[in-house]
Amino acid sequence: MTTVTHAPDLPHDDHHDHHPTGLARWLTATNHKDIGTLYLWFAFTMFISGGVLALCIRLELFSPGLQFFRPELFNQFTTLHGLIMVFGAIMPAFTGLANWQIPLMIGAPDMAFARMNNWSFWLLPPAALLLMISFVVPGGAAAAGWTLYAPLSTQMGMGMDLTIFAIHIMGISSIMGAINIVTTILNMRAPGMTMMKMPMFCWTTLITAYLLIAVMPVLAGAVTMVLTDRHFGTSFFNAAGGGDPVLYQHVFWFFGHPEVYIMALPAFGVVSQVIPTFSRKPLFGYHSMVYATSSIAILSFMVWAHHMYSVGMPVTAQLFFMYATTLIAVPTGVKVFNWIATMWQGSMSLETPMLFAIGFVCLFTLGGLSGVVLSIAAVDIQLHDTYYVVAHFHYVLVAGALFSLFSAVYYWLPKWTGYMYNEKMGKFHFWWSMIWFNVTFFPMHFLGLAGMPRRIPDYATQFTEFNTMASVGAMMFGFGQLILLYNVIHAIRGGVGPAPQRPWEGAHTLEWEVPSPAPFHTWETPPPVELVDKLSAAQKLH
Amino acid sequence: MKNRVSGLAASLLLAISHSAFADYKLNLQTPVNDLAREVYSLHTFLLVICTVIFVVVFAVMFYSIFKHRKSKGHKAANFHESTTVEIIWTIIPVVILVAMAWPATKVIIAQKDTRGTDMTIKVTGYQWKWGYDYLDEGISFHSRLKTPQDQYENFAGEKPQRNDNYLLEVDNPVVVPVGKRIRVLLTANDVIHSWWVPAFSVKQDAIPGFIRDTWFQADKEGIYRGQCVELCGKDHGFMPIVVHVVSQGKYDAWVTEQKKLAAASQDDPNKTWVLADLKARGEKVYQANCAVCHQASGKGQGAFPALDGSKMVTGPKADQINLVINGKNAMPAWGKTLSDTEIAAAITYTRNTWGNSTGEVLQPAEIKAARK
Repeated sequence: MTTVTHAPDLPHDDHHDHHPTGLARWLTATNHKDIGTLYLWFAFTMFISGGVLALCIRLELFSPGLQFFRPELFNQFTTLHGLIMVFGAIMPAFTGLANWQIPLMIGAPDMAFARMNNWSFWLLPPAALLLMISFVVPGGAAAAGWTLYAPLSTQMGMGMDLTIFAIHIMGISSIMGAINIVTTILNMRAPGMTMMKMPMFCWTTLITAYLLIAVMPVLAGAVTMVLTDRHFGTSFFNAAGGGDPVLYQHVFWFFGHPEVYIMALPAFGVVSQVIPTFSRKPLFGYHSMVYATSSIAILSFMVWAHHMYSVGMPVTAQLFFMYATTLIAVPTGVKVFNWIATMWQGSMSLETPMLFAIGFVCLFTLGGLSGVVLSIAAVDIQLHDTYYVVAHFHYVLVAGALFSLFSAVYYWLPKWTGYMYNEKMGKFHFWWSMIWFNVTFFPMHFLGLAGMPRRIPDYATQFTEFNTMASVGAMMFGFGQLILLYNVIHAIRGGVGPAPQRPWEGAHTLEWEVPSPAPFHTWETPPPVELVDKLSAAQKLH
Repeated sequence: MKNRVSGLAASLLLAISHSAFADYKLNLQTPVNDLAREVYSLHTFLLVICTVIFVVVFAVMFYSIFKHRKSKGHKAANFHESTTVEIIWTIIPVVILVAMAWPATKVIIAQKDTRGTDMTIKVTGYQWKWGYDYLDEGISFHSRLKTPQDQYENFAGEKPQRNDNYLLEVDNPVVVPVGKRIRVLLTANDVIHSWWVPAFSVKQDAIPGFIRDTWFQADKEGIYRGQCVELCGKDHGFMPIVVHVVSQGKYDAWVTEQKKLAAASQDDPNKTWVLADLKARGEKVYQANCAVCHQASGKGQGAFPALDGSKMVTGPKADQINLVINGKNAMPAWGKTLSDTEIAAAITYTRNTWGNSTGEVLQPAEIKAARK
């Protein structure tokens, strides 16, 4: 590990530039761009793995009867699909974006703790490996749903222990990543860039990082209690020993609800960069966006039990959590209105990043509105644990978080690779995803209303048509993601030509002030105050 | 090849048009009591508000997207930050939310009010069936999925003729009198289950070690179906709920009949059994409780071990008795749910069936002794 080879092809003679090549470059990576790249490829790999599990689920649900998988294997698929998508795909993808973009956008040379950064990434592959091999251990993978509710999770085989350890490791990784982001943003901004002049993406990522630091230990605590209940004779969640199964749900969702915003806030940040750029108009209400993001983060700690309306809480708790939950719609509405006000009277062009951002605003709002329906406890009693909920959270996580990630990838790809991606193919990828996403998930609202429970491997025959439709949609949506893979590889290999330093004329943030592709080291000397002021003025930040 | 593709397409079309296309539903099930009707109209009210918001907001956005385009030569305006606008679009949603929460509050208070009920049924969730105890009448029974396994296990590509109420039918339905307010006490034996009948708008988790209560009332005679809605393991999708709502007269007759049946099937715990009888009784117990995991063939499946040739089943009987009574990991503690006679019969059956031939006959008294 100590052998460091010279890379003679790099132009600078700076002592920083002695870095290994080949595999060692990645294993010992401390450069924020390399680590960002690792995170993004890891997330894509996990996205494909979780996607394959999703397609297995949809294959089994294509028609009534059990044709392919036994129910216990089906439950393993739903469980691991959720865990892999949440902890393996969405969260690392946003950490990857933060790694690549935050130093570039605030004018810092790298992340604050470069070596810790390496460690926080390299914890992830072993954790993913633990999840994958759990399929082949005796008893198979965890099959208690991604929420791992006790006491079902105390019943499982050793696959559950592997899952618990994987969650511990991913949690440590997330906390370290979050500490790095907070420290970098608070301490390493370029002179002249006050907090209120930071790009919106940095703000949402900062707030997300605080949420992570607050709640990942809570999740670790919950799964550790499951572990000791399983093996060391404790009874946290076992009534026979004085525990309470519902305690698990309270602790889990105290993590779980902020987790929802951990996946949504960075998405808001991406969209808040992309929409002003392609509307050629500053973000309408920067300050109110910052306050709305903070309010959402604070409220997210007070609404956890809306996931538990059917456990039998007293009427006062039912009402408190309903009122608190509906309140979240207010700052979220402020955000949506702000994006639309930003577009209003702009000079819009619809390149792929903008298409995905608009798709995000539409479908995330639709998911938000079904969230309002679910927040009303009286109605949730009929919808809890049905496909309506499945539809709702896929609207906010796939059309929300994932579409914003696609938007981000197309937006920053020219900066990352130095080449322009194929615009036609990007647009095709958008329309394909948009159509098949809705074919897959829109009918699930009807299934839920009509009474189809979640997490069942087979269903009564009146649910056949919409399930078949959803399965066809899912297959098309899933295979369509290969277009993204192709387009990214195509861009890395030269795309449709070299990218200019600032490929988007409406973009006024610091990352567009470095060459494309971004050199290995950027902002070794901070950007001059005049440049920061000029860009802030262009974004109407003061 | 082409033939096969068109054949597939044709059978797909046929499947779509044939399989109960008229049955598909877009909305909540038809409510049969006041509470469910209120929930139904509350949902409609929310849906209308949300649809209006969606249409208005996105009409504005799409107008902007079509008109304010660079390709149409539209020049970007430069306005930003308006406290007035921000206050307006904060206040309006608050007002809308209050309008939604107000009627909802009334419904929630009604949902949670379990006073003034006419009778009480205790519901117990088991992996994977429901147990019902009529506390006022002293009636108890278990309710299991009635759909035969060969209708849903189609791993070899079978195309079985499915029952009309495929996966939504049980052997022993709950029977309740029409128009009565029924209190439901819920608990579970192993993991969390959730008891849901959509037409009554009643859903409550059944939590092991705790009692929760809720209530429902049915204003119309008929058969109402629901399912377990909390993931509870392998057969979560195969433990439906069926409620028969009948007239008071029919209900009374049913109660009398159930009491007679219960008296008739009472086992004498001191009886001494011979192998053939106990094995025959054991087969029934095994099919009803054990076969779902260990399979009728005794060969097991996946994580569930084979009993045929198993060391546990052919070894010392004390170990097997202990395992069956107290459970271990995914094996439930059957001591809580089966009688001494049933356990003795099931163990005797497993020790003398398939390749197992210990020749041993366990008497209920041995189980009784082992429980202590």
